[in-house]
Amino acid sequence: MEPLLTLPNVLAAITLVSLTAYVLLGGADFGGGVWDLCAFGPRCDRQRELVAEAIGPIWEANHVWLVLVVVLLFTCFPPAFSGLSIVLHIPLALMLIGIVLRGSAFTFRTYGGEHVARQRQWGHVFAVASVATPILLGISIGAIASEGAGLAIARVHETPPPASFTTLFITPWLTPFAVGVGVLTLALFAFLAAVYLTVEAPDAELREDFRRRALVAALVVFVLAFGVLLIAHFTAPRVGAGLTSSPWAIPLHAATGLAAIAAIVALWERRFRLARVAAAAQVTLILWGWALAQYPYLVPPTLTIRSAAAPTRTLELALWALAIGAVVLFPSLAYLFRLFKGRGRAAAFEAVE
Amino acid sequence: MSDVLAARSQMAMSLGFHILFAVVGIGMPALMVVAESRWHRTGDTIYLDLAKRWAKGTAILFAVGAVSGTVLSFELGLLWPEFMHFAGAIVGMPFSLEGFAFFTEAIFLGVYLYGWNRISTRAHIGAGVIVAVSGAASAIFVVIANAWMNTPRGFPLVDGKPMNVDPLAAMATPAALPEVLHMILASYAATGFVVAGIHAVLLLRHPRNAFHRRALAVALLVGAPAAVAQPISGDFSGQYVAQWQPPKLAAMEGQFRTEAGAPLRIGGIPDEEARTTRHALEIPYGLSLLAFHDPRAVVKGLNEFPRDHWPPVLIVHVAFQVMVALGTFMALVSLWAAITMWVRGTVADNRWLLRAIAIAGPMGFICIEAGWTVTEVGRQPWIIYGVLRTADAVTPMPGLIVPFIVFTLLYFILGAIVIWLLRLHVGRSPTASEEELAVGAGGKVA
Repeated sequence: MEPLLTLPNVLAAITLVSLTAYVLLGGADFGGGVWDLCAFGPRCDRQRELVAEAIGPIWEANHVWLVLVVVLLFTCFPPAFSGLSIVLHIPLALMLIGIVLRGSAFTFRTYGGEHVARQRQWGHVFAVASVATPILLGISIGAIASEGAGLAIARVHETPPPASFTTLFITPWLTPFAVGVGVLTLALFAFLAAVYLTVEAPDAELREDFRRRALVAALVVFVLAFGVLLIAHFTAPRVGAGLTSSPWAIPLHAATGLAAIAAIVALWERRFRLARVAAAAQVTLILWGWALAQYPYLVPPTLTIRSAAAPTRTLELALWALAIGAVVLFPSLAYLFRLFKGRGRAAAFEAVE
Repeated sequence: MSDVLAARSQMAMSLGFHILFAVVGIGMPALMVVAESRWHRTGDTIYLDLAKRWAKGTAILFAVGAVSGTVLSFELGLLWPEFMHFAGAIVGMPFSLEGFAFFTEAIFLGVYLYGWNRISTRAHIGAGVIVAVSGAASAIFVVIANAWMNTPRGFPLVDGKPMNVDPLAAMATPAALPEVLHMILASYAATGFVVAGIHAVLLLRHPRNAFHRRALAVALLVGAPAAVAQPISGDFSGQYVAQWQPPKLAAMEGQFRTEAGAPLRIGGIPDEEARTTRHALEIPYGLSLLAFHDPRAVVKGLNEFPRDHWPPVLIVHVAFQVMVALGTFMALVSLWAAITMWVRGTVADNRWLLRAIAIAGPMGFICIEAGWTVTEVGRQPWIIYGVLRTADAVTPMPGLIVPFIVFTLLYFILGAIVIWLLRLHVGRSPTASEEELAVGAGGKVA
């Protein structure tokens, strides 16, 4: 068996960590949009305000994790980036439209003047795009996990053109499993956002609002995760097998389940900071569970981490760049989050004058 | 429309859209930092107001820049997967570094925009400086990647496959320095002038408005030196193109025949079929002098190269003429403003100068679009010069006209909204005149 600690594996792990950071931070910003769309009750407007305050200073920084994932993929694993870009063109392009609309509508609402009706319109675009984008991201991940993308990549360069447009560019990702993963992704992002907002809410009433939402989202996540496993079992047996039979599977699923239960209990007991840690752990373990299930494949069943890896010199330099970048990045991120998310954060948020 | 043309159009449209916002992201932080520092030093609150209002506009523009930049990082693969397959390992390095620069920029822009009442003024100005520096660094890294496409290095080809890939050699490519210099100067010149232009228009209507007078001064302080330096940097770029990409130079100048002592053509319409450029004003020896600093130097014409290695000559030539003409105008207006400032102590009272600045306002952005047209269209038919043809790099997915139309519509609407929001924003500028302010201050003292 190949040793675990190889240069390609290290860079694949860093890419996975970046994706995890994007999901935990950027994902929660999208989840905030879900709660903007679903805001209701007597504190409807204040819920929306809390969402906007929570994501305002940080969403652009959180968004860069996605750019880092893309850059790492095309620098360190060019064939994987190239192949996925071909067969997942449609969901990725739709996701980009979502990203563009979410970010710009949010900013237009914040800085676009005080016209209330117009602000509502921007808010609506922001919220709808926040719902659509995670589904498309999840569909793309589902298409990779279910081997649909990998199989299509293997056939794209056959000559003469072997398959129809649909076989190459639609069926890899428009499957019950991939769509299931898409909806699960949305639920996870909404769950994360609700849990984070219980910590950030300035008063007890809002905190209770988001506590209830977090509990409902946790339940939805549980049902959807089970549903996706079931779909995998019937329509994508190899994923199902990967998720259940590898030596990692049992301890990993146990840990994920434990984190999920811990999050729910902590929410129930109103220990919100603990709930935040548990929810983040739960989502992280789900992502890593997927990654381990398909190891050593990057894009199963076509490209392994090793077969897709760039030359050693490139990987070494990428590692150096990451090390240097981290020295700048982590203190800066710590400063940003301490400033806007730290304990004792002024309850009355002074918006930009 | 063929798929390659649709992909090229979508890429051109996406780049042309993004570059406007990217440039503002480099230039505006410099303006905000200057204004806020002046407030910090002098206590003149108009400068604080200026920094805050500019920050609001920048927030809108930066957000659109961030998301349209993300689209581009994906489009590299969505449209040109064969290019990325080939180039990712070689030229991914500057993109990785750009990722971190973008991170820093986004983080400290968040601190700057939302931190007015949370951190000390010095820390706030510091955050602004970091945004300005990391914005410039982002641009430097991305332009280095583009430079590599023009002068690819760092991958000896063996049987058409890159061997011994050296990403550092790829970054140290000959085009890197001239392209980077030209782009950074362009960013400051274009941003400075577009802001100066807006405030010049408003000063023509309200000559004594204190807010616009200060805004104009700060904007010119950033824009004018860059606009004056730009022709020198352009000369440097021209020599590099002459040495490394002679077909591009020939297309820029409409030079079909190889000749010693080639003339510089001003205007004119190149005719690819007849292989001649008509109706140009020709300055004898001008091109040889400019490209090689020797009036007798031999300039290679397009006839020297196979027909299928020519870039589209008309587009490249016209774009180049536009860039040079408008850039020269901006440099002259900058000199005029500098002299006026030196003699009179202010530029805001010379109405003819204000008109000239107003006209020059949008020119920087037109120059940037034209300049990138020269760089990118002038590199055709290659996506990696001399190595990989654009037509061989495109995605096998058919129907590329659909994403082209969808993204064009999306950006068109987005652009319209941004312009409308900025108009709204500018329309709410403070109205106090210098005299009213003087009375107000006097009143306080009394």
